[in-house]
Amino acid sequence: MYSQTEILKEPEINSSNSAEGELVINIGPQHPATHGVLHLVVTLNGETVKKVEPHLGYIHRSIEKMCESLSYRQFIYVTSRMDYLSAHVNNHACAMTVEKAMQIEVPTRAQYIRVIMDELTRIASHELWWGALAMDLGAFTPFFYAFRERETINDIMEQTCGARLTMNYMVPGGVMADIHPSFQQKVKDFIKLFKSNIDEYDELVTGSVIFQSRMKGVGCLSKEDAISYGCTGPVARGSGVHCDIRKIYPYEIYKQVEFNEIIETAGDSFSRYLVRIKEMKESIKIIEQLIDNIPEGDYQAKTKAVLKLPKGEFYTRVETARGELGVYIVSEGGTTPYRIKFRSPGFSNLSALDHMVRGSKIGDLMATMGTLDLVIPDIDR
Amino acid sequence: MFLKEYLSDIYHATKSLLTGMKRTGYYFVHPKEIITEQYPDNRETLKMADRFRGEVIMPHDANNEHACTGCTACELACPNATIKIITKFDVTPEGKKKKALDTFVYHLELCTMCNLCVEACPTDAIKMGQNFEHSVYDRSMLLKKLNKPGSKIREGVE
Ligand code: SF4
Ligand code: SF4
Repeated sequence: MYSQTEILKEPEINSSNSAEGELVINIGPQHPATHGVLHLVVTLNGETVKKVEPHLGYIHRSIEKMCESLSYRQFIYVTSRMDYLSAHVNNHACAMTVEKAMQIEVPTRAQYIRVIMDELTRIASHELWWGALAMDLGAFTPFFYAFRERETINDIMEQTCGARLTMNYMVPGGVMADIHPSFQQKVKDFIKLFKSNIDEYDELVTGSVIFQSRMKGVGCLSKEDAISYGCTGPVARGSGVHCDIRKIYPYEIYKQVEFNEIIETAGDSFSRYLVRIKEMKESIKIIEQLIDNIPEGDYQAKTKAVLKLPKGEFYTRVETARGELGVYIVSEGGTTPYRIKFRSPGFSNLSALDHMVRGSKIGDLMATMGTLDLVIPDIDR
Repeated sequence: MFLKEYLSDIYHATKSLLTGMKRTGYYFVHPKEIITEQYPDNRETLKMADRFRGEVIMPHDANNEHACTGCTACELACPNATIKIITKFDVTPEGKKKKALDTFVYHLELCTMCNLCVEACPTDAIKMGQNFEHSVYDRSMLLKKLNKPGSKIREGVE
């Protein structure tokens, strides 16, 4: 048993083993550079980072526990609030798990719509990351360039799904509503706009010598380390790991579309940057292949009003903008899940941060964190 | 050799910075291509998308009639207990008792605009409205009654 004073005492972080001249500072939980309520306990020696300890829990909403009391139709909307930049993809994963368990056949039209939405979400998410990364490095203008394109996607989402971020558009069996009559035209307009504007990104940021010297050779993560930390998504692909779920476990119609998995081998911040920039172009390629060929038919399969999953365990994985999202449902045969577990990409990617920044300067810590593309509600759930 | 490298570094650095500055300068002299909307100033012309989910509303027709039967399907579909249906018993002309809607209680402060209630409603009695300016000074003002006073169910809706 602890006495009350002992519990209330602040944990002594590193004070016993910190060497002479080392300083422990807290970055966050309220700090603009962490893009959310992330708390980093950083041990510094002068400007050199000795150790980074992320402290989590400030935005823990116990989504997994909440889902246990919600029905299989209701729990999907909560997952929009995990990785809010990939809300569609989260919803997609949950809907797919339920469909897999109940063996619901999703109409092809719905599959096309879903994949287009996923890719639009991926572009929107990478846009925001690009702007925010440039802002981390002190360039404010690119943020607005990124938001110009992102706004167009948000408008498309608003028109078809009814919301800009937390869409809740995917339901078990398909999508909630048919696409808006002007959806296809709007997406095509967006593709045109994006293609004419993406070069501005390279002019403004990629080619800039300041940016390159802040990125190249910073925050290195080797292929082996990326695998052992469980990194996925652009973080792992920037280190040369072949891990795109859309390629290795294709779901829905990803089998039929042609696109390249972007892999860079340098493993530094710049290669993670390049992966995301090139991924946006690949997503455009996927959308171009699908947008004119959306087949006619139902947008939603007929399902019962009350969904009951058979007894058993079900797992699906999808590729969000940040990496592999896994949804694991244990069902006892009832109308609510017995247990739900989300394997979020951000958590594993964050765990590699300490390894990546040890020995580098504190300014590089922020730059490296920017290239991890952390969304804190996704890490904490 | 060293000097040459040094100068070429300076050349490339300056060039890359100027390329970036050129981009910024372009928009400075092309203000038409800036897309920022001045929100509170454009309230008159601002139109939200038809499907935009701002709040749950219950449309009433000219005779102050709605289509809600009080079946509570929306209440069951809602994940946050935002909706509370209070029913009463009407007496039909034949003298039979019939369940009807008394009050449709809607807690706007709890609603996440997920659209599940609208999907669940068998008679399309509710839909999502486009109004998004919900800020008020007191939380209790967000508690709404969706059926208008004196309204009744439209003839023929079962
Ligand atoms: S929109 Fe969602 S949260 Fe709001 S009342 Fe309807 S079901 Fe409930
Ligand atoms: S609004 Fe629709 S679902 Fe809700 S009680 Fe009325 S008829 Fe039933």
